Amino acid sequence: MSTDTTVLDLSTSSVRELNAELHRPAAKSYEVRHPQGAHAIAAGVDSDITVDVRGHVGYYAAGMNDGGTITVHGNAGTGVAENMMSGTVRVTGDASQSAGATAHGGLLVIEGSASMRCGISMKGVDVVVGADIGPMSAFMAQAGRLVVCGDAGADLGDSIYEARIYVRGAVASLGADCVEKEVRAEHRAELAELLAAAGLDHDPAGFRRYGSARRLYHFARGNTY
Amino acid sequence: MSSSVQPDPALRESATFDRATIAGIQRAAATGVYDIRGWGAKRRLPHFDDLLFLGASMSRYPLEGYRERCGTDVVLGDRNAKYPLHLDIPVTIAGMSFGALSAQAKEALGRGASEVGTSTTTGDGGMTPEERGQSKHLVYQYLPSRYGMNPTDLRKADAIEVVLGQGAKPGGGGMLLGQKISDRVAAMRTLPAGIDQRSACRHPDWTGPDDLAIKILELREITDWEKPVYVKIGASRTYYDVKLAVASGADVVVVDGMQGGTAATQDVFIENVGIPTLAAIPQAVQALQELGLHRKVQLIVSGGIRTGADVAKAMALGADAVAIGTAALIALGDNDPRYQAEYEALGSSAGFYDDFQDGRDPAGISTQDPELAARLDPVEGGRRLANYLRVLTLEAQTIARACGKAHLQHLEPEDLVALTIEAAAMARIPLAGTNWIPGA
Repeated sequence: MSTDTTVLDLSTSSVRELNAELHRPAAKSYEVRHPQGAHAIAAGVDSDITVDVRGHVGYYAAGMNDGGTITVHGNAGTGVAENMMSGTVRVTGDASQSAGATAHGGLLVIEGSASMRCGISMKGVDVVVGADIGPMSAFMAQAGRLVVCGDAGADLGDSIYEARIYVRGAVASLGADCVEKEVRAEHRAELAELLAAAGLDHDPAGFRRYGSARRLYHFARGNTY
Repeated sequence: MSSSVQPDPALRESATFDRATIAGIQRAAATGVYDIRGWGAKRRLPHFDDLLFLGASMSRYPLEGYRERCGTDVVLGDRNAKYPLHLDIPVTIAGMSFGALSAQAKEALGRGASEVGTSTTTGDGGMTPEERGQSKHLVYQYLPSRYGMNPTDLRKADAIEVVLGQGAKPGGGGMLLGQKISDRVAAMRTLPAGIDQRSACRHPDWTGPDDLAIKILELREITDWEKPVYVKIGASRTYYDVKLAVASGADVVVVDGMQGGTAATQDVFIENVGIPTLAAIPQAVQALQELGLHRKVQLIVSGGIRTGADVAKAMALGADAVAIGTAALIALGDNDPRYQAEYEALGSSAGFYDDFQDGRDPAGISTQDPELAARLDPVEGGRRLANYLRVLTLEAQTIARACGKAHLQHLEPEDLVALTIEAAAMARIPLAGTNWIPGA
């Protein structure tokens, strides 16, 4: 396997050709030029390759990533790193809806802001957002950590299960069964680790923690909203 | 459940407030929660029973019942996929989850389907090694919850089924009650054991057909365009939904009527939302025909398939294949009279048991209780299912030959008549003995 960076240019080749190469990589490192907002760029990467995408991407960039280190040097459309299993995905700009949706593992860093439904149904991924997130984020979030260095939109953590949410700024409102929780030493420690992994320099003491009140875990009278 | 108390014949039961309705009100008043159960719609609906075949006579030439070839195979998903499914029979096993069903039941479904060369389908909760290992053709469902969804299993699948809904509950999510959440089920779904689990009713990362087209593109990219992509819808606005599913890129459309089963849904939902299978098929076929894609995008129909006659009728109306769920479970041993005493202890009776949500299934099928689940031998269950699938196929062939068809897919609406005005209107075929198609 080549240790040099292979350059793939989407102005002259297709997403199909790109992904076929990334699924059977001949190199350890790739640079994707002129992504032009195409969908499903670097979807289905399943090895520890590095992919740098120079520009904006469409829907589902780095979808189902399993082991890759993928950086979008620009903005990302809906569902970046959806259902990621492992590895790292970084967006240097902003991300659209459903960033990190249903992801089971790995680290998703969005240096800018993320739109609504960030971390929806997350299942173990760590998501760190440098600025704000939109409404209905962490809806039905099952596991993992969501760190928000700015503000959170309305209905944060609606119907949340066991995921943990940290927010540095204001929370517009909490969703059903999501409550503020005490920040203990172990939480500050994991927060510090997540911020460090994301390359963000914030004091963990400035964050508040949110999680499930676990009142919706069993069907019963009055537990519907 | 049967009752030993016979009412005085002079007593008149209200058609509006019949005994089941009264019992429902009493149950609601006592508990304050709605009734959750399994199975599909139990109300009387226009169905395949309301259709008859016109066997060959003077103007049609029949095929010899046992000797002349009547093909049964079907190719699914050859529009885009590198490896479409080629099944020996057009009767497939519908999606049912590990969680709703025991691992043994899932294995038995795989064994039975594989023995006769057809496909089985995962469900909400992911793919188990047991069912992958025993399934020659395995369809992997891609559901709103994405429980257990991972790219490794996606690549192991033979086809991908994007589920928008099911006939028992179009527009509704799923539920799996805590008594069925074993440690293994909980781990596969990344949730605590013992809690009542909700499965989302909407996909988390796409909304509407334009997004779905991009989602399907992503799934194809991840799997290198190898696998057919199905889109499954619960029958409601079927004409429009099928058109939109095809526009989104579906290789196969699965339409599930309201008789289709569920493991756990509110009774009021099952009985009052969606349309009958019979009404859905012509809508789906019309949509495909108008797009010029009938038989190119294949149509699988489910919801109340019980006999080879049902298979033949669905195909005559335009389906390429059918899927069975409830009937497959019955073939495995569900509602078997040998468990009558245990059904009665649960307040039910053989032939009536529908508490699949409860986890105490005496037949060991809709349970995660290790002792109950061990009652179902996957090998024996698979053998029974294979037998049943063979009978469905032989029955359908018998009818097709009588109609002069050398392949099940040659059956056509012209072979059918309806017994009722309602069935004629829904199925868009003439009332028997007339040329009248209501609404045509």
